[in-house]
Amino acid sequence: MQTGRIGSLASWNNINIKMNNNDNNSLLIQQAAFSTGAVWQHGSMPRPAPGTGIKVNFVRPDGETVTVEANEGESLLDLARATDMDVEGACEASLACSTCHLILDEASFDKLEEPTDEENDMLDLAFGLTDTSRLGCQVLMTKDLEGLTAKIPSATRNMYVDGAKPKHH
Amino acid sequence: MIRLSLLARGQPLGQARCSIATPSTHRTFTPSLFNNSIRSFSTAWALRNEATEATTPTKPFKLAVIGSGPGGFYAAHRILKHVPQSSIDMFEALPVPHGLVRFGVAPDHPEVKNVMNTFDEVAENPNFTFIGNTSVGTYVTPGSEKADLEISDLRPHYDAILLAYGAHEDRLLGVSNEQTLKGVMAARSFVGFYNGLPSEQGLEVDLSKADTAVVIGQGNVALDVARILLTPLDELKKTDLTERMIKILEKSRVKHVHVVGRRGPLEVAFTAKELREMLQLPDTTFHMDQGLLASEMERAGKTLERPRKRLMGLLEKGIKESKPDQPKSWSLHFLRSPLGFSGDSNNQLKAIELGINRLEGENSNRKAVATGEKETLACDFAFRSIGYKSVGIQGIPFDERKGVVPNMDGKVMDAEQNIVPGFYASGWLKRGPIGVIATTMADAYQTADTIIADWTSGRSMLNNDAPSKEGGKPVLDLLKSKGHKTVSYKDWKKIEQKEFELGAKVGKPREKFLTVEEMLKVVD
Repeated sequence: MQTGRIGSLASWNNINIKMNNNDNNSLLIQQAAFSTGAVWQHGSMPRPAPGTGIKVNFVRPDGETVTVEANEGESLLDLARATDMDVEGACEASLACSTCHLILDEASFDKLEEPTDEENDMLDLAFGLTDTSRLGCQVLMTKDLEGLTAKIPSATRNMYVDGAKPKHH
Repeated sequence: MIRLSLLARGQPLGQARCSIATPSTHRTFTPSLFNNSIRSFSTAWALRNEATEATTPTKPFKLAVIGSGPGGFYAAHRILKHVPQSSIDMFEALPVPHGLVRFGVAPDHPEVKNVMNTFDEVAENPNFTFIGNTSVGTYVTPGSEKADLEISDLRPHYDAILLAYGAHEDRLLGVSNEQTLKGVMAARSFVGFYNGLPSEQGLEVDLSKADTAVVIGQGNVALDVARILLTPLDELKKTDLTERMIKILEKSRVKHVHVVGRRGPLEVAFTAKELREMLQLPDTTFHMDQGLLASEMERAGKTLERPRKRLMGLLEKGIKESKPDQPKSWSLHFLRSPLGFSGDSNNQLKAIELGINRLEGENSNRKAVATGEKETLACDFAFRSIGYKSVGIQGIPFDERKGVVPNMDGKVMDAEQNIVPGFYASGWLKRGPIGVIATTMADAYQTADTIIADWTSGRSMLNNDAPSKEGGKPVLDLLKSKGHKTVSYKDWKKIEQKEFELGAKVGKPREKFLTVEEMLKVVD
């Protein structure tokens, strides 16, 4: 289903398949995950010429909206990293974390196919999960998603042991 | 809120620092108050917006990080990004870094270990130095081996120390024969053993006469143990599970695993992905009390949030689709608390006695209450998986009851809840041993933001008025004078490369070295 990022190893294609069966695809994944070559490529996809890309609005945790342009087929996570948005991708798009959690506008959310069980399992772990939450690494941009708005949840949150509250900040 | 840049622009913070005495409170202030004094305030939120503008005191920030797992690395990552002139030295007791990412994450979850790539990037920063094979802080437990360095050795040379050494012990049940019978062990030890943790390689694990195993606790670690015991060996042979463990599994006769918890299905701590993997185990029947699940779900009704609802749905589906009478099985037992273990004349575990509970209290805060009834479960092996536990080290405060370094937003506090300047904590040592790597990442970022805010606002740190710290050099000189060998990140990469090569020979991603000696030999 997911075709991965342009320029990334072809083995990423198999990630979803791996989740469903334990055949020899898993060895390929493990080798890919451990390759010492560059698996995670920063900004490897050239940006579209201004005005030619698909418009995406990122809403930063401070409330500021930044409009950027995406390539067709680019994931929201790759787009965020290429445009310097503060979005983490700790597991590098392998559906093993929830750090690329984004909150989409309802219209765009409804246009997308249902998340897989594997994505939903990871979304369940995301802080501030909403009805229109998706993992950025799993949402690939297409022309009909023009104008999509993705809110970036705050990367940190207050966590206290035993519910204790600080006396002062 | 006054933005940080206003504060620091044109004002050498070095001058203003000596006027900091009060704890910070969140205040706005007008320029007229801003002469040569700075009202300190928490700027964590403002700071996030000032990422590229963070102005710092003129001297570089010298930080020592104790521990090289996600708690330490993610904090370092954040600090280097926002305070480019910082200089970070990371101390790790073992020659190899990454903590539980290497020694805790299950071998059949390799994608979770991708975070190591981020850590490698942090290590490539010229302002970051990994100092491996160097323990800091002797544990307060009587009889503990003396560490290579104490906190007092580091204090004079750094502006701040970040404690991120996690939790290396585990909680005890406190029941009879728990620590004397063969076959009863901590899940933590077992996981460390099969993941190649050098200190656990002496563990005696003989599964050749075992048919039934019990795992006490219903978190992801409990399911990891159950899954490693029941997964077809051919699958595990392709992972970085150690050769020693593979040999043990080749002789294993474990067919049935009981995962026991003291409360009900709604209180399980494991998550969907791990449950799904258990339900997909081939030739394995799944058992659990369907009636209890149904009644608990009905009781919770609409209060069930999505993640919990999906998890319970998965259990329902698992029961429905479970193939009966398979050669292997795994079961979830609820409302059961261990009361004691019993063994035979050879001191070998034979059975576990369980007290039966009922649940009381509101939804999402249900408590287990003993009914007085008991039952016995025959078993050959028992794994205690009720949580890891941190240990204090000499020179820093520690809360024995909560099992953490007392802190507020990562700022270490003493027993009277006074902030100890210059000391910070992140990861499990700060919050307790719960959560996944992403949780620790968010936590480490929070502590990092606190450190950054304190540094850039001129808050009191270690040796506040002393001349510029030299960071690692005097410490490394001290170690050298003792004849102690440190391991750099480059050295680690040599060790890693060798592990890749040895693994490739047998179709595994890596073959981990099991002893510190072997690791150091690669570096020589």
